[in-house]
Amino acid sequence: MRLAVPPALRMPRGLTLIVATFVAAVAMVLGLGVAGASATSATPAPPAEGAQFTVGGIIQAGPGNPIEGAEVLVEGNGIEETGVTGADGRWSVALPGPGEYTATLDPDSLPEGIEPTQPDNLTRQVNASTTSTINLLFPVGEEGAAPVVRDEGALLADRIWTQVVNGIIFGLFLALAAIGISLIFGTTGLNNFAHGEMVTFGAIVFWFLSAAFREMAFPLNVILAGVITLVASGAFGWAQDAGIHKPLRSRGVKLVQAMIVTIGLSLAVRYVFVIIFGTGDQTLNVGFSGAVDIGAARVSWTSVASAIISAVILVLVGLFLTRTRIGKATRAVSDNASLAAASGINVDRIIRIVWVLAGTLTGLSGVLYGLYRGVSWDMGFQILLLLFAAVTLGGLGSAFGALVGALFIGLATEVSAVWLPNDLRYAIALVILILVLLVRPQGFLGRKERIG
Amino acid sequence: MDWGTILGNAISQIASPTTAAYALAAIGISVHFGYTGLLNFGQAGFMAIGAYAFAIATLGFGWPVWAALLMVILASVVFAFILGLPTLRLRADYLAIVTIAAAEIVRYVVSTTGLTPVTGGASGLSGFSGGFYALNPIPEGTYGFGPFTYTADGWWVRIVGWTLVAIATVLVWLLMRSPWGRVVKGIREDEDAVRSLGKNVYSYKMQSLVLGGVLGGLAGFVFILPRAVQPGNYGTALTFFIYTLLLLGGAATVFGPIVGAMIFWVVLSLSNGIIVGLVESGIVSFLTPDQAGQIRFIIVGVALMLLVIFRPQGIFGNKKELSFSV
Amino acid sequence: MSDTAVASHPLVDGAVGPGCKKVDPIVVADGVTRQFGGLKAVDVEHVEIPRGQITALIGPNGAGKTTFFNLLTGFDKPNTGSWSFEGRSLARVPAFKVARAGMVRTFQLTKSLGRLTVLQNMLLGATKQGGENFFTAIVKPLWAKREDEITKRAEDLLTRFKLDAKKDDYAASLSGGQRKLLEMARALMSEPTLVMLDEPMAGVNPALTQSLLGHIRGLKEEGMSVLFVEHDMHMVRHISDWVIVMAEGRIVAEGPPETVMTDQAVIDAYLGAHHDEDLGEMEVELDLPTVEEAEAAAEKKHEQQEGNH
Repeated sequence: MRLAVPPALRMPRGLTLIVATFVAAVAMVLGLGVAGASATSATPAPPAEGAQFTVGGIIQAGPGNPIEGAEVLVEGNGIEETGVTGADGRWSVALPGPGEYTATLDPDSLPEGIEPTQPDNLTRQVNASTTSTINLLFPVGEEGAAPVVRDEGALLADRIWTQVVNGIIFGLFLALAAIGISLIFGTTGLNNFAHGEMVTFGAIVFWFLSAAFREMAFPLNVILAGVITLVASGAFGWAQDAGIHKPLRSRGVKLVQAMIVTIGLSLAVRYVFVIIFGTGDQTLNVGFSGAVDIGAARVSWTSVASAIISAVILVLVGLFLTRTRIGKATRAVSDNASLAAASGINVDRIIRIVWVLAGTLTGLSGVLYGLYRGVSWDMGFQILLLLFAAVTLGGLGSAFGALVGALFIGLATEVSAVWLPNDLRYAIALVILILVLLVRPQGFLGRKERIG
Repeated sequence: MDWGTILGNAISQIASPTTAAYALAAIGISVHFGYTGLLNFGQAGFMAIGAYAFAIATLGFGWPVWAALLMVILASVVFAFILGLPTLRLRADYLAIVTIAAAEIVRYVVSTTGLTPVTGGASGLSGFSGGFYALNPIPEGTYGFGPFTYTADGWWVRIVGWTLVAIATVLVWLLMRSPWGRVVKGIREDEDAVRSLGKNVYSYKMQSLVLGGVLGGLAGFVFILPRAVQPGNYGTALTFFIYTLLLLGGAATVFGPIVGAMIFWVVLSLSNGIIVGLVESGIVSFLTPDQAGQIRFIIVGVALMLLVIFRPQGIFGNKKELSFSV
Repeated sequence: MSDTAVASHPLVDGAVGPGCKKVDPIVVADGVTRQFGGLKAVDVEHVEIPRGQITALIGPNGAGKTTFFNLLTGFDKPNTGSWSFEGRSLARVPAFKVARAGMVRTFQLTKSLGRLTVLQNMLLGATKQGGENFFTAIVKPLWAKREDEITKRAEDLLTRFKLDAKKDDYAASLSGGQRKLLEMARALMSEPTLVMLDEPMAGVNPALTQSLLGHIRGLKEEGMSVLFVEHDMHMVRHISDWVIVMAEGRIVAEGPPETVMTDQAVIDAYLGAHHDEDLGEMEVELDLPTVEEAEAAAEKKHEQQEGNH
């Protein structure tokens, strides 16, 4: 196919805009970086109370027989801490951040007459990455009693339940960002590889702001930081369309080319993040702590609140797309852009709105995901492929499909960790993606006619 | 600032084995993307497959170099089939997503703790190149001039690496001037038109995917000769670097991948040397040396954007035959 | 169903009418249907296409002509149905094998291969070039002789289609009409028995239309069968030997061009399309560029081409 490329020199405005946007973005982020950095250096960060990552569990010799005073030693990543079970048999240890840990049950700490069911299997490898609350199982029983098989099954059920809850929470975060990808793809046909950086952008801006607003009381600090972050994220989306994609569209640049441009943007922005944020992981502490038991799963209140916020926003986005004029116009553009244009819809304006909306939703996803697992410079890039997988599984360009796909991917990554090594959880999601494409290329909800 | 060292380091990149590995991988992408129009975003996966195939065949099975190289080719072919079978009938962007996903699956699998006895887990593998260097016919000693002074082993790895690049270049040139090349270029332009002329488009796409993939696998082999196999090296950024340098040289040109790889590494080394020099000598005070080391990635990203927007045919590409498709 | 004036015709075995048997059919299709969602785009009970003749497939917009065309040539898969070409079943045969069987098509929107030269476009149409095999390709002497033969044939065809002066230009630099010619010439490289042209006259200026019509007649003189899609009834009157009319996915009438136009089913089909679909007509009008727009687009395209040189 022929490529229409007018000479570069004819579009000085495009270049200027891109450079200006990029400089503005860098300046903005750098400015925030300086502010945040000075705030951090002025007062050392408080100890991580209500830490993002905890490891824990219940030690009991059968149902209704919790063991008090059992000790579990957690080591790794520079910490060595012992968790002691309370009267309800629960123990937990706060972790400083993502990483590899080991947890070892001290058999001598068990009361007389109680011993581990598997005496030669007392150490567990813990890989803290996306799941903020990790439950460990140390089966114990009456001395000499044969291991109770039913308990193993019940414990497995507990673990699966825990992962299902985590999977739904993770899936909701993914959905917020995936709907952004899906809307952009639907209206413009573009696969945006810089979308992961939009997630990171939200998380990093929120991190700097929550550090700057540390003196403020909860929940004012969160609300203020959240609102500013969402506005900045929307502006980031706006800038990408205004500075890059609008000029590319009006030049008739092909989609593959535009996609490679987003790859370049992703790379450049990601390393701007490295320079201003560093390569370490930081936890987001908004002064909100505590946890709640949902069945066997212990979930922090922050995660519960985040999940509720995600669900509410997703419902609002659904209402926006189906009930409002702009939402309906958005769907019309997704269906057939030239027909929409012919019936009087300003396609460029809709696309601009979609970019701002996608930026805001994705920034929010970054904030919530950052609260869940901490903030790092490549947190968005790490889940970019999961986002593509969610969007592809749901059916490219279908917003509702993106939600279904995201929940599916969230559940698949978390629940597979029950049986598979933790470090293969993302691989599983991607294997599922490829297998589904084999059987149903249009995704779960996509229409067959759209493909090829 | 020591300009001599900075310049010397930069110029020596022209012949480095890493440059040869990138050039080889880029020739593979030029077959896929430049000539056939296939969006393979998983070249890092092919390189990882090649690297691990060689290392595991050598360390795990104790195979000689030639057998390990056959293993590299075989593993790349198998990987290409696994990628191509589900996706080559689908729209172009599906291939992009599946290849990038598959490359990441490879990276996750080779770095998983459970496979540490085979792949070395997160720390990777080393000590596999003894057999390769034992084949070195050059007597011990140091040869060369200026920045191009290497030990006998240094020469050996460069000779082998660049010989592979030369063979690949000639092979691709022969193919692309042939009727076979005409068919794949036709597919790049419009696969339905080629189908309507009685060509089995699916089969040609698969052949192209296999050829470029094997070149990627061999690039993985060259890449690990001077270093250990480390799973962290095979992230998606590697694929995007290869796309950048290919677009720099011109995606559908014979020498584009080679020239692009050389420019890419010389410019990276030069800019990195200058920035680090400026930081260390205190002229630039707002960056730490660590941060300065990251600026090159920003340069690559911005260069990729500007190239694609303003010079899609590459610096040396033919302006008439623009190097983009789809 | 039809009140065609002629009851019999030399091409037809039996009575003339939709789905009638031909004396010497080259394509026979039975029960071919294709659904898009709830809509039956194609629903052809039986149709036969005569050998050695120019057959026009006409019908109003949205009648399913191009979809039927895509099904016959393997570019789309039917929900049901079977069809044969020279007695050989072609149902569910991939498009490239259909082309190899001797049934070669062109496209409504021309698919010239822009960054290949005109000559390379032509050579791609040739068959039996061993150099298209991966391993043979590396050794030039194995395919150089065949390359000379097909280059000769390509140059002859280009001369006939008055494109010989352009043979080393990129196909992207040709005008719309020249691309139509190139596509037709390229289809002839494989020496097909049935040439299927999808709206060969669409978007071609009137002067070139005459020359295209002449080339189509030339194909018949060389012994090829031609099936072409057209939505303008009057365009086909001069050159077709047989006309098949489709509406709403079905074959509604068949006959020689002089009589088929007066068929009540045909008039209904064309009028019906205008009657009950006011909206549809409006959309069509919206899609058509005004003269100013067309000129502006042509100017822009011209600028781009200059920019590329």
